[in-house]
Amino acid sequence: MKSSSEILKALENESIEILRETAAAFRKPVLLYSIGKDSAVLLHLAMKAFYPAPIPFPVMHIDTTWKFREMISFREEMVEKYNLNLIKHTNAEGVAENINPFNTGASEYTRIMKTVALRQALDANQFDAAIGGSRRDEERSRAKERIFSVREAGHRWDPRNQRPELWRTYNPKITNDQTMRVFPLSDWTELDIWNYIEENDVPVNPLYFAKERPVVFRGEQMIMVDDDRFPLINGEVPVMKKIRFRTLGCYPLTAAVESDATTVSEIVEEVMNVKLSERATRLIDGEKEDSMEKKKTEGYF
Amino acid sequence: MTQELTQPIIRLVTCGSVDDGKSTLIGRLLVETDSVPHDTVAAARNIRRSGSTIVAGEVDFSLLTDGLEAEREQGITIDVAYRSMSLLNGRRLIIADAPGHEQYTRNMAVAASRADVALVLVDASRGIRTQTLRHLTICSLMGVTRIAVVVNKLDATGYSQEVYQGIVDELSGVATRLGITDYQAVPVSALAGDNVVHRSTNMPWYSGPTLLEYIQSWTKKSEALVKPHLGVQLIARAENFRGLSGTIFNGTFNQGDEVVVLPSKRKAKISQIVAHGGDLKSAGDSEAVILVLEPDVDATRGDSVELASNFTAPADRFNANLVWLGETELLHSRSYYLIAGSTQVPAIVTKIRHKLEITSGDHEAAEVLAMNEIGAVEIATDSPIALSPYKEDRNTGSFILVDRVTLNTVAAGMVNHILRRSDNVSEHKYEVDSLARATQKNQSAKVIWLTGLSGSGKSTIANELEKRLYATGAHSYVLDGDNLRLGLNKDLGFTRADRAENVRRVGEVAHLMADAGLIVIVALVSPFAEDRDSVRALFDKGKFAEVWVKTPVEVCTDRDPKGLYKKAADGALPNLSGVGQEYEPPINAELILDGTAEITANVAKIMDELL
Repeated sequence: MKSSSEILKALENESIEILRETAAAFRKPVLLYSIGKDSAVLLHLAMKAFYPAPIPFPVMHIDTTWKFREMISFREEMVEKYNLNLIKHTNAEGVAENINPFNTGASEYTRIMKTVALRQALDANQFDAAIGGSRRDEERSRAKERIFSVREAGHRWDPRNQRPELWRTYNPKITNDQTMRVFPLSDWTELDIWNYIEENDVPVNPLYFAKERPVVFRGEQMIMVDDDRFPLINGEVPVMKKIRFRTLGCYPLTAAVESDATTVSEIVEEVMNVKLSERATRLIDGEKEDSMEKKKTEGYF
Repeated sequence: MTQELTQPIIRLVTCGSVDDGKSTLIGRLLVETDSVPHDTVAAARNIRRSGSTIVAGEVDFSLLTDGLEAEREQGITIDVAYRSMSLLNGRRLIIADAPGHEQYTRNMAVAASRADVALVLVDASRGIRTQTLRHLTICSLMGVTRIAVVVNKLDATGYSQEVYQGIVDELSGVATRLGITDYQAVPVSALAGDNVVHRSTNMPWYSGPTLLEYIQSWTKKSEALVKPHLGVQLIARAENFRGLSGTIFNGTFNQGDEVVVLPSKRKAKISQIVAHGGDLKSAGDSEAVILVLEPDVDATRGDSVELASNFTAPADRFNANLVWLGETELLHSRSYYLIAGSTQVPAIVTKIRHKLEITSGDHEAAEVLAMNEIGAVEIATDSPIALSPYKEDRNTGSFILVDRVTLNTVAAGMVNHILRRSDNVSEHKYEVDSLARATQKNQSAKVIWLTGLSGSGKSTIANELEKRLYATGAHSYVLDGDNLRLGLNKDLGFTRADRAENVRRVGEVAHLMADAGLIVIVALVSPFAEDRDSVRALFDKGKFAEVWVKTPVEVCTDRDPKGLYKKAADGALPNLSGVGQEYEPPINAELILDGTAEITANVAKIMDELL
């Protein structure tokens, strides 16, 4: 069912309250910008929350060097459009060790290039709060997470010992070795995100819209060949398919879906009809039951 | 005037345990409203947990809701999980799924704190149990307005009307006692799907709503949304612009409204309401806005804005219910941070009026509140804040208490009423002040706080120090812990709570004496850092010096001037600091004395470095 304007308004108001609370209560917050649709909504909400003042914190992108090319170009467009203070970080040690999604196991690759990279960037900049676009409907360990979620020393999450969160009163206090993760989109669903994008004309990445793109098949998954680093099996030739992406990540680990949806309203239709869990297209999540919970305890978003 | 508000989002708390079929019920609600991705439903047809009796190919609804690894292993729910569900009337339901076991009362309070509707599960074959009473009590206390009592597993009783009616009769007495008026007992079978989303043909004797119908027909009844409140989160500043950012609760603000900023009570007019990138004429309940005031009166984060014609009088004494969430128990006289919205102020629980026996509703006398316990208390805040009764509005009548050391949230508080003592007792400023009194005595008033184990030498040092001061013509006084326990503190024992109160009283007396211009020497074990820090907070910088008389416990045991260590060794004194009870060494002491050194040397050190 399509989310009504009233539902979107209620969700928006609460997200704005959370963003403002984060800006006011923390010494040095940062917004994690992953270039996807949730990040797009998060940015839009941040603009609204602080208008007419600019967004009072920097945005940060953890670049694994394996993102879709169109993600990077879109990121630069957004920096210009919103006049963002963008921090980019890549785990240089990982690059030096040639950690990549083909030769390294997907979960180890993710740990080094995303989780460790994120921890490095948070520590180096001494951020005490990191705002992320995660939603509770994405995955079952996320369904348990607080809106203001404390990370212990080393950015560890202890899911069995979470701080109680009551009413709309948040406890932003942390000790010297703790940090906070903040999730303003906790109560939003995937469909809410798309309906909101449609209603508010939020700019989103072109990769979400169906287009002829070169793909190869890996098991049942369709992977787009985005550059010449992709190791083709001898003699293999990518085929052109009309595809789009439901989530955006590292291109070798993000499967495409066949689709004809070229507008936001067509995407909304598709999301309402297909009804597959959105992270089904993420190759890193399904490796083992609980893999999201495990990654999160190590500091992943 | 009573208004009905159709809120787009309804929040539901579910109470019950796995044994009651809670996971199955929620799973079915989600699937039958098409709120679960289809691949997840497919997985629930194939995956089976060990011991499951559900045939492969059928949906195991319970698999759709369990979250953490440990929870699936143990088949229990540990923490609250949140799930979104589409209601068939276009509204949204956000489910907070709460653990049912007794040790998770605090998690239930968390889930119920935002809930409009509660779903309380009763196993038809077992009837109303103490757990049910606990769930109903918490929901009522946390202000959940509508309660669906789900009489589940009626299929196992042959869909017996008699069984259902027995439970309904028993329930009505409980509801009356708890003051619950809007409730409905719905006979269902979560496993078979009767009366959950679809009306059952197995129970023609039931003509009431299905569970889903009952939940989604809820509307917010508000006695009067006429007391708008905006808590200031931050000051918005841009070129030629300054406004107060925050969320409005409990009413509507209009451009031109006369308002006051609290707690200062400064008056102004709303000249502009900014939201969503533009200007609004008015803004109502739950809207995040910026108010621009004319004149631009002083206001800061934590202040609030209300109508000049109808505002909450700021107070600093409250009667409130507390749900204790912390692992360390509540001690009265200990200072906590009180957070209400964006307002934060140090606060002390001055009195525990009673503890609630949660199943019978009886009030019991209590010295402390432990984790998962609920009690009524009196709270004093360091400065006045605007809190209204919880019954009037949840968002402006609730607060949390935060431990000042661990910074964890340790209590959920709901204001019962304001104790107007802050209006009646206000500080009178006298013209002869502390400085004048001290100057007349040719000295600077100060408190020398000697802390350390019993037998460490505090009293001996205090005695020698006072002799030295007296000889130089200074005006001083010694407050000795043991001596004060013969009079002022003779009602106190040696538990953690009593020690906190003991230290608080001695601190206040020392504060009065310093205000009188005296040099005050305190000799008091004062074993807990938090209590000593609370005393320190009473004084201006430089007026209070913590001196740790550091003597090894073996030396103290050898000295044993009062025979306390021997008593402790015989088991007659369980709370002796450093033996049966912890002594927390000072971290920020102004001076550390070696308690085995010459007394004259130690006294000289204090004279040289602190006086």
